[in-house]
Amino acid sequence: MHSKSLYQEVILDHNRKPRNYGTLEHSNHHAVGHNPLCGDRLEIALNLDGQNIDGIAFHGESCAICKASASMMTSVVKGKTRSDAEILIQEFRDMALGKLDPSGEHHLGRLTVFAGVRDLPTRVKCAILPWHTLHAALNSVNSISTEAADDPVHASVDSAS
Amino acid sequence: MTSLESIVASQPTPSLDIDRIRADFPILKLKVDGQSLVFLDSAASSQMPQQVIDRLVRYQTTQHANIHRAVHYLSELATAEFEQARHKLQHFINAREDREVIFTSGTTESINLVMHGYGRKFIGPGDEIILTTLEHHSNIVPWQMLAEEKGAKIRVVPINDAGELLIDEYENLFNERTKFVSVMHVSNALGSINPVKQMIEFAHARGVPVLIDGAQAAPHMKIDVQDLGCDFYVFSGHKMCGPTGIGILYGKADILERMQPFKGGGDMILSVTFEKTIYNTIPQKFEAGTPPIAAAIGFGAAVDYLSAISLEAIAAHEHALLNYATEQMRLLPGVHIVGNAALKAAVLSFVVEGVHPHDIGTLLNQQGVAVRTGHHCAQPVMQRFKIPATSRASFAFYNTMDEVDTLIEAISSAQKVFA
Repeated sequence: MHSKSLYQEVILDHNRKPRNYGTLEHSNHHAVGHNPLCGDRLEIALNLDGQNIDGIAFHGESCAICKASASMMTSVVKGKTRSDAEILIQEFRDMALGKLDPSGEHHLGRLTVFAGVRDLPTRVKCAILPWHTLHAALNSVNSISTEAADDPVHASVDSAS
Repeated sequence: MTSLESIVASQPTPSLDIDRIRADFPILKLKVDGQSLVFLDSAASSQMPQQVIDRLVRYQTTQHANIHRAVHYLSELATAEFEQARHKLQHFINAREDREVIFTSGTTESINLVMHGYGRKFIGPGDEIILTTLEHHSNIVPWQMLAEEKGAKIRVVPINDAGELLIDEYENLFNERTKFVSVMHVSNALGSINPVKQMIEFAHARGVPVLIDGAQAAPHMKIDVQDLGCDFYVFSGHKMCGPTGIGILYGKADILERMQPFKGGGDMILSVTFEKTIYNTIPQKFEAGTPPIAAAIGFGAAVDYLSAISLEAIAAHEHALLNYATEQMRLLPGVHIVGNAALKAAVLSFVVEGVHPHDIGTLLNQQGVAVRTGHHCAQPVMQRFKIPATSRASFAFYNTMDEVDTLIEAISSAQKVFA
């Protein structure tokens, strides 16, 4: 896939006008994600009402791919249950790594606009960072890094701060 | 007019036959996504001319054996070629003697060698080491490790908004505890050329030895270590048309002799018993184990190649590229050059309003243009300018004005994507 098709209008739009950008008045889960290689930094706050993601917001300094990914992610998971969000996290991650066929069966919907990152290995982390950070927030891990020794998706629970 | 510009303007500079030079670099003919490659990342690693590639092949095909070990034909030949490469490097930087040139795996290892060999022996609790804000992480972290181990202290020379070292501040940092200065010759992140000769003179007047990190200088200007007077000068082969995995540490012979070894092993000893080991003389004292023989010989071929073109001609061409690129980039609205030192090597760091450097890098790649994006292993520089990252175009003598035009057009079209 040509990198040109990664910068589609929907991604550019979410970068220009990110949804759920800012902070939450009431939140009970929080995490910060870092990509030390490019200096990206993303904070996610969310409010879990029982198992339900009641509210979610993000802010930080990042590239367009990361910001659009965070914007679309927060729009999609708002109102969903924690376990639905975890399924999406896994599916998004698999898609970005080329392990999930975007034309196959999944729950990603229009998040498949990010499928192209699988051909840009250096940009995979940009797209995945918000999802890693969401996973960490859901599991109340305060800080994650894309350069952690282990895959944060699997390691975050026991590698708390 | 800066002094470098006046030098360039006042002297008849040998001009480069750029077409002939480009024909020497097979990789420059590569297409990326159907576009001609525009390689503007030579500050990270430069490309290799056919002459160096051929030299590596010739060595591996007809001359390879382990060195300094055996009496057979190939070992003697390989040893002679390896030592010849050392001699070429000695000549290239005008060191007094061959034994002042130590082969290392590169700039990083050279600095670590000095940290272990000199620092751990001669720097103690309360002593101070002077570095600068501009340093690459490889000239920060080893000294921090030493400072932590010894209870020594790091002092940092600040820079101004143009990315130039504040020399008054440098001079003010000196006191009776100052034991070492380690400073880069040319900034990899901003291109600033530091007044190292003046800094060395100041330090020496106070009896303080100086290491110069020349990784970004040696490929672009004539280096004369005797004229500079530095105690150590370090650089890598792969940034100057040579192979990766090879670099040198130049050190004054008397200091190298006083230093302790860095790595222990074969070749660095005269005799070994379990009671006592006697170390070899320099340079072997610092070259434990089998070195990257082919890479060293390739490095020798690379400096032959650069010398044949002449470093003066290389510097003049690169300076013209930098001036033209700077001029053109300043015409782009929303594009800001980071680092505007009066004396600069051909490195152009920039940020584009509203577009993250990583997106710039990906969109430029789409046009075949290879630039580097990120913090360039110089996070303190990024912190100084309060930015997370920059995009960096770095030019080598094989780049052309047409490639500068392609860069500028590619930035402009990336801006349109984000408009």
